[in-house]
Amino acid sequence: MSSTGESPLLPAGGAHVRAVTDEFHGDLLEVSMGPHHPSTHGVFRMMVTLDGERIVRLKPVFGYLHRNHEKIGESTTYLSSMPYTDRLDYLNSMTNNWAYALAVEKLAGVPVPERAEYLRIILAELTRLQNHICLAGFLLQDSGASGTPLMYAFREREKILGLFESLSGSRMMCNYQRFGGCRVDAAPDWLARARNLVNGFGAFLDEFEELVTGNEILMARTQGIGVLTAPAAVGAGITGPMLRAAGVGYDVRKVDGYGLYPRFSFRVPVGAHGDTYDRYMIRILEMRESISILQQALKDIPEGPVMDPKAKIRGFRPKPGEAYGRIEGPKGEIGFYLISDGTPNPYRYRVRPPSFINLTVLEDLCLGHTVADSVVILGSIDIVLGEVDR
Amino acid sequence: MESLEQLCCRLLARFPGAQVSVVPNPGAAAQHSVLLDPAHARAIAEFLRDDEALALDFCSNVTGVDWPDKTVVEVTKASVPDPAGGPAKVTEQKKERLEPGYLEVVYHLYSVKLRHGPLVVRMRTENRTDRVSLPSLTPVWRAAEFQEREVFDLYGAVFQGHPDLRRILMWDGFKDHPMRKDYVEPEDNEWEPTPHGDLLAKVKLQQAAPAAAAPSGAAGGTKS
Repeated sequence: MSSTGESPLLPAGGAHVRAVTDEFHGDLLEVSMGPHHPSTHGVFRMMVTLDGERIVRLKPVFGYLHRNHEKIGESTTYLSSMPYTDRLDYLNSMTNNWAYALAVEKLAGVPVPERAEYLRIILAELTRLQNHICLAGFLLQDSGASGTPLMYAFREREKILGLFESLSGSRMMCNYQRFGGCRVDAAPDWLARARNLVNGFGAFLDEFEELVTGNEILMARTQGIGVLTAPAAVGAGITGPMLRAAGVGYDVRKVDGYGLYPRFSFRVPVGAHGDTYDRYMIRILEMRESISILQQALKDIPEGPVMDPKAKIRGFRPKPGEAYGRIEGPKGEIGFYLISDGTPNPYRYRVRPPSFINLTVLEDLCLGHTVADSVVILGSIDIVLGEVDR
Repeated sequence: MESLEQLCCRLLARFPGAQVSVVPNPGAAAQHSVLLDPAHARAIAEFLRDDEALALDFCSNVTGVDWPDKTVVEVTKASVPDPAGGPAKVTEQKKERLEPGYLEVVYHLYSVKLRHGPLVVRMRTENRTDRVSLPSLTPVWRAAEFQEREVFDLYGAVFQGHPDLRRILMWDGFKDHPMRKDYVEPEDNEWEPTPHGDLLAKVKLQQAAPAAAAPSGAAGGTKS
């Protein structure tokens, strides 16, 4: 808040309330929501100006979790940043790993074996399942459905994290991808477990949808709330399910066709209204498509190595140049921009954080709605502060 | 999408007086980029967005790069004929030249409408100290709003025409730009109750001349 000349770090807690007088609107109230508000999913602050209960201005305040990830990435080798990308969006470490590995592979021209590409797709789609089901649970929690839907979601998510743990050794900080493949191979019984889980996930989704999708209260809280139009979404750089909910069928998996995605048949669900309910529904539909991709991948996965035999782990120095690699992460387009000057460390290491850029339209979505709606809208944007603040 | 050379020709024909050039990328990715001059960048950006063959309506990534001043050693060889009639002597002359650094802002543009990209566009400031202003492209692509703020915060490039140019990740009272290559972390010895050895020498130096020893970044909103 440079307008008031105060530091964003000073007022902690959600109790910072101040009256602002404005001759046109009567008494406006400026409320600091966050940084330790449970609905902000981390340490995030919204400076909200209220006219009664209606929001007339909203300024997001960032930086509480800032540790200059990019500077740290520039001061270490390429490989040392790989485990650190897990900490960006800590729900989706597998896709963060993949985006970074893809950018480095582009930079250095490293090929990836077929089995590794299949494993990457399997892990990315499992990540998408657990991220989207978490989001659905959190969104319902935010809109007042305490407990049950979130616990249902977490029960399924824990099964997927169990798979990640048995493959990579860690539930959330997987550190699994390498430049030119994957760290370890998946055993046949791991694939059997994954098949089992995927085959059962559809039934769980049916159960979950029966519980909440048609729920009258959920519809009342989300339909027509926080409407985002397609031109506004494209102009503001919105990506991922939020863009598709606004009616733009843009999916990097289809557009760039990275990895082996062109081999798989899947559809890109597109919303019709761009409201919060559409953003919830798009995630449910995307999960159904992910299940279909997973079933195809687990059926066709070939035998073979998971690392390119010529890939260098030690003494990795890409030739001078630059590359921008991006993938369709569960939250949107996650990209890495790297400049190499021929040394073991990247000269420039940049993360394109999807949930940070998706917050650009937060104020537009919230204007005219109530404080309680802003919580639901923020929940539907799907942010993780580890990535927003980096 | 047309090649970058063709694009440059088209831009030069459309914007007489603009300086547009292709910056080659020698790496394996071969994502070459277009360097725009700041005076025409805003108009060119609007053209890139609105042109029907390009329709680059989606600005995916905006970022800064710091290129500090560097000394370039130029070696010139001169052959001096031997007056006694022997073979000519080759003398080498070394000349050091200071190449001024600059801040660079890189935009990665895609087209959602036509499904192509990326077009990489760069702009450079004149130097790294006092002439660091560039035109903001936020009025063209709103996606740049937070990212240009981030470049302003971490690199110190000033975007003219940005609707809300404030620090975004660091706090308002912060003075320096941490992503610059010559950034020095402020000394923070609070963690050491009884400084000794090298640290003691540093602390003494700091106490003797606080302004000189502590870089400007130490003045933070939380401490004041």
